[in-house]
Amino acid sequence: MTDGTDGHKTGEQHAVGHIVPISLLVVTGAGLLVLTAVTVLVASFDFGAANIWIALGIAAVKGSLVVLFFMHLLWDRPFNGVIFVTSLAFVALFISFAMTDTFEYAPDMDTGDAPLVRQKLAELEP
Amino acid sequence: MTATETHAHDHPDFLQHHWDTPVQQFEAGKMGMWLFLATEVLLFGGLFVAYAVWRGNHPDMFRFGSRYLNTTMGAINTAVLIASSLTMAAAVTMAQRNKRGALIILLSLTLAGAITFLVIKYFEYTHKFREGWYPGVMLYERPAHAESWIDDYPTPRLAGEGSSPVVPAAFAGGPVAEPTTVPPPAVAPAGVDAAALAEMDGIAADHDEHGRTHLLHPAQDPDRPANAHMFFNIYFMMTGLHGIHVTAGVFMLSWLIWGAARGRFTSAYFTPVDLGGLYWHIVDLIWIFLFPLFYLI
Repeated sequence: MTDGTDGHKTGEQHAVGHIVPISLLVVTGAGLLVLTAVTVLVASFDFGAANIWIALGIAAVKGSLVVLFFMHLLWDRPFNGVIFVTSLAFVALFISFAMTDTFEYAPDMDTGDAPLVRQKLAELEP
Repeated sequence: MTATETHAHDHPDFLQHHWDTPVQQFEAGKMGMWLFLATEVLLFGGLFVAYAVWRGNHPDMFRFGSRYLNTTMGAINTAVLIASSLTMAAAVTMAQRNKRGALIILLSLTLAGAITFLVIKYFEYTHKFREGWYPGVMLYERPAHAESWIDDYPTPRLAGEGSSPVVPAAFAGGPVAEPTTVPPPAVAPAGVDAAALAEMDGIAADHDEHGRTHLLHPAQDPDRPANAHMFFNIYFMMTGLHGIHVTAGVFMLSWLIWGAARGRFTSAYFTPVDLGGLYWHIVDLIWIFLFPLFYLI
């Protein structure tokens, strides 16, 4: 029988999968909790239009930690990563094309059709 | 080589006959799981597109709506899911090291995290219902002139039109902090006089013959900003679909604990634990994005 592992740790006892040490998992989890605190803290400051990009950037770092370490993708076969990244790329494509249309109307659009809300938010968020 | 001869070899019980080696079986299963996770990303991707477009069209509504969400509860739930992801990843390591006791304990902790998340989410949802924020339009009171839910409902209301130009009651106290604005009897569960609660919250309420409370749709309610319901529609849709995934995770984790208790998983065969873990991590991953998008910005 052939062993179709192509350079995986065929000679070792644990040929199936990669064992991630508990210590590395704990460090990853601690990093995720710290980044959660950071994103909550940062949200209390108003950076205007950058708010959403800062929040998404921190979420992307957290997501990468989950995928690379908790989900073993760092040691996994590259093809699994290709599958996952492809799905993300298609979602990004979907969002950017939808938003191309939405932004097209932005100059003509009253930002929301509830001026009372805007007025009150302006008072609350000077 | 006939099938009989193949099976005559030293051949682990878990290895199905159409695979050559345990590694081949494991890697094929794992690739299948990643393909499933890709479809999950695309499933939620459609809702993320809706979020982006709606937010692009009603940016103030999203800033307004997020004030109704309790950041503390959202942050606690984020920490709960991260902790349960950590115990899940540790469970996989323990399965790989043949530590059955630790595997069962870690899977049970992961299950406890999943249940805790759902309990916190239950309290958040019921609080939103009490404040009169529902998913969709059908739970709101139908205006008298509307023949059906589809006909002319909801009628968009221009801000200020038909109401006094004063700031709506919902704004009177500034940002709405969830627990503090709830009147004392609000902790009472089903059976409490919802209309009385709603009136205390300054929300128009009415009973039907079954005693259910119908609240005016935000687009009809002069005390609420038009389109405010758009935020809650997408909030309930995305967190609801995520909650369904967490619920599925509860069953998946229970099944893994049962299997681990029967001694089904070893260092040679831990595929269900590994793939269940991948599912659980993607549920965590999606929440990592939902939390800032709804609660923080």
